Amino acid sequence: MAFVEKKLPANAPIAAKALNWVDARFPLTKLWNDQWGQYYAPKNFNFWYIFGSLAALVLVIQIVTGIFLVMHYKPDANLAFASVEYIMRDVPMGWLVRYMHSTGASAFFIIVYLHMTRGLLYGSYRKPRELIWLFGVGIFLCLMGEAFFGYLLPWGQMSYWGAQVIVNLFGAIPFIGPDLSLWIRGDYVVSDATLNRFFSFHVIAIPLVLLGLVAAHLIALHEVGSSNPDGIEVKENLGPDGHPLDSIPSHPYYTVHDIFGVSVFLLVFSAIIFFTPEMGGYFLEYNNFIPADSLKTPPHIAPVWYFTPFYSILRATTSQFVYALAVGVIAYVGLVVTKSRLSGFFKLVAVIIGAAILVGFIAFEAKFFGVVLMGLSVVILAGLPWLDHSPVKSIRYRPDWHKYVYIVFGIAFLVLGYLGVKPPGVWGSAHLGGIELDIAQTISQICTFIYLGFFLLMPWWSAMGTPKTVPTRVTFHPH
Amino acid sequence: MNLLKKLIAVLALLPVLAFAEELQLDHAPDRIQDLAALQHGAKLFVNYCLNCHSASSMRYNRLRDLGLSEDEIKTNLLFTTDKVGGLMTVAMTPKDGKAWFGAAPPDLSVIARSKASEAGSGPDWLYTYMRSFYQDDSRPTGWNNTVFPNVGMPHVLWDLQGVQKPIYIDKKIDEKETERQFDHFELVKPGKLSKIEYDVAVADLVAYLQWMGEPAQQMRHQLGVWVLLFLGLLVVLTWRLNASYWKEVK
Repeated sequence: MAFVEKKLPANAPIAAKALNWVDARFPLTKLWNDQWGQYYAPKNFNFWYIFGSLAALVLVIQIVTGIFLVMHYKPDANLAFASVEYIMRDVPMGWLVRYMHSTGASAFFIIVYLHMTRGLLYGSYRKPRELIWLFGVGIFLCLMGEAFFGYLLPWGQMSYWGAQVIVNLFGAIPFIGPDLSLWIRGDYVVSDATLNRFFSFHVIAIPLVLLGLVAAHLIALHEVGSSNPDGIEVKENLGPDGHPLDSIPSHPYYTVHDIFGVSVFLLVFSAIIFFTPEMGGYFLEYNNFIPADSLKTPPHIAPVWYFTPFYSILRATTSQFVYALAVGVIAYVGLVVTKSRLSGFFKLVAVIIGAAILVGFIAFEAKFFGVVLMGLSVVILAGLPWLDHSPVKSIRYRPDWHKYVYIVFGIAFLVLGYLGVKPPGVWGSAHLGGIELDIAQTISQICTFIYLGFFLLMPWWSAMGTPKTVPTRVTFHPH
Repeated sequence: MNLLKKLIAVLALLPVLAFAEELQLDHAPDRIQDLAALQHGAKLFVNYCLNCHSASSMRYNRLRDLGLSEDEIKTNLLFTTDKVGGLMTVAMTPKDGKAWFGAAPPDLSVIARSKASEAGSGPDWLYTYMRSFYQDDSRPTGWNNTVFPNVGMPHVLWDLQGVQKPIYIDKKIDEKETERQFDHFELVKPGKLSKIEYDVAVADLVAYLQWMGEPAQQMRHQLGVWVLLFLGLLVVLTWRLNASYWKEVK
């Protein structure tokens, strides 16, 4: 087919002519309309739906401030710490760029945790949005990687020893562990070689993957359409114009909505940057103002707050706890065999896996299973679309007691996070029938069971109880 | 629901219960806005600290932010270099420091930021530390410190403070055991300054260290006020803009 360009009248504005020229060669207008301008979104979004846009904003902030930081930062073990202070003192407005980046890291996690909570509450991961969710889990993993690699760069004591502890975890993997952790570090201890490769991962490798996943996340979302707090498929009620009756074009309605959300976010974000950038030692840890010293181990090494729920699960896995886990595995396999709709083949697979895990409990040290549980507690999120068997998507129409399940899960997550920041034994110890128990450790072990049980038992509990009637149209009160 | 509320209340209280512990720090007076105090602190810093401790991220001419002119800096404070744009380095190498004191004296650029803990702010720690040296003949330097036991650093400001010794009391832990606890200091030999004058001098020095930890902090606060005012206004405008569009959505 021959190339045809739409003819505009001779007196058309120059901008219209230019756009027409581009549109004939690149789908600019089409892309804008598909992705935002004519993208119809449910009109009943609430407060929880702002965090997607905010995450995109923070991503841009991190990339732009990151570009400027790299102009002055030196990824060299002898120069790194001083180059950060150089940015804080001698680079014009360098302190602002640095604080935006360090506060942005924590803000990113706050926003993403809230974004995921939204997905959990309203069943945003349910069919047909499984891929959106999987891309999202990928983004979360990349974010954890970004945070971990980036945290080494200031080359303070916490940077150094945090990286040392985490890389050593890989050493717990049977057979290949020690070689693997040596390969990751590029040296026998965290050193200049480690700093250089972490820098490379932080500024090139992971951001590339992250941006690709974000694009995929958005394309998939705009393909199937957004979910909403009622968990109703708005596409089932189309108007005469072919658009869903309960939806409105994102532009201008969600444009102005998001601009409002963004200004509120920036207000809070700026208040932290300008008045409490260390956030009481949680966003910038005090110990990290001491240059890295490979000969001085700090008395208490804790990861930054956003990793602590998972870190607590790692710490909770003691050799005694493995016995409790073994009982859990046996009970779970029993449950799968007797109470699931899986075919005989998959039941057999479950029994074999369960038996293998039990053998593993005897053969390998507890630390390895701590690492496994920590990894599992993140990766298990990817299974949500298939674990949730509730007949309704949104929490609004689930049986009331489901809300308590979510609350208990949320509390367990927060308690794990809190205990992960604190040194072991922070709540003292208790004597129970001659055994001395570290209260904090016992509580984090209970919370680990709650956390994993929430997901692993979801196929059963989510299907229990009588859901309320889901309306056919969304609940919306005009403003 | 009642049970849940109680549970949340207990969880909220736990952090408070967990930290009723150990190191008692005195509260450092807040002099971060007081230019005279900061200048006095800078003078003490350059005269007493900057022989062993460097502040290698700090340039001399940044002291202009404290109201000093380049000439004043050059004539009064420049001992280690001849360039007013130079960094506050010292001649002593970390190796020498380790040989002489057992540990290399740390760089003090961000010391006030690094010493914060649950016991108090970084300045609180420094303020208490600089007033807690006491005579201890069992130590190689003849000095010890209650905040930093067996510290390698001698009491550099002893001619100002004088010499003090700690007074301990026996405190009962339970029926059988008692524990020897530090109670207060007693001045053995007075220094050039009275107790109050010395506290003021240390407070000024600590204020300077706090300022040096982040010389941009005043500017950060000043700029922050304007940024927040602007964003506050923006929030009102975008809130109304949003409302005016959403009026149409039925």
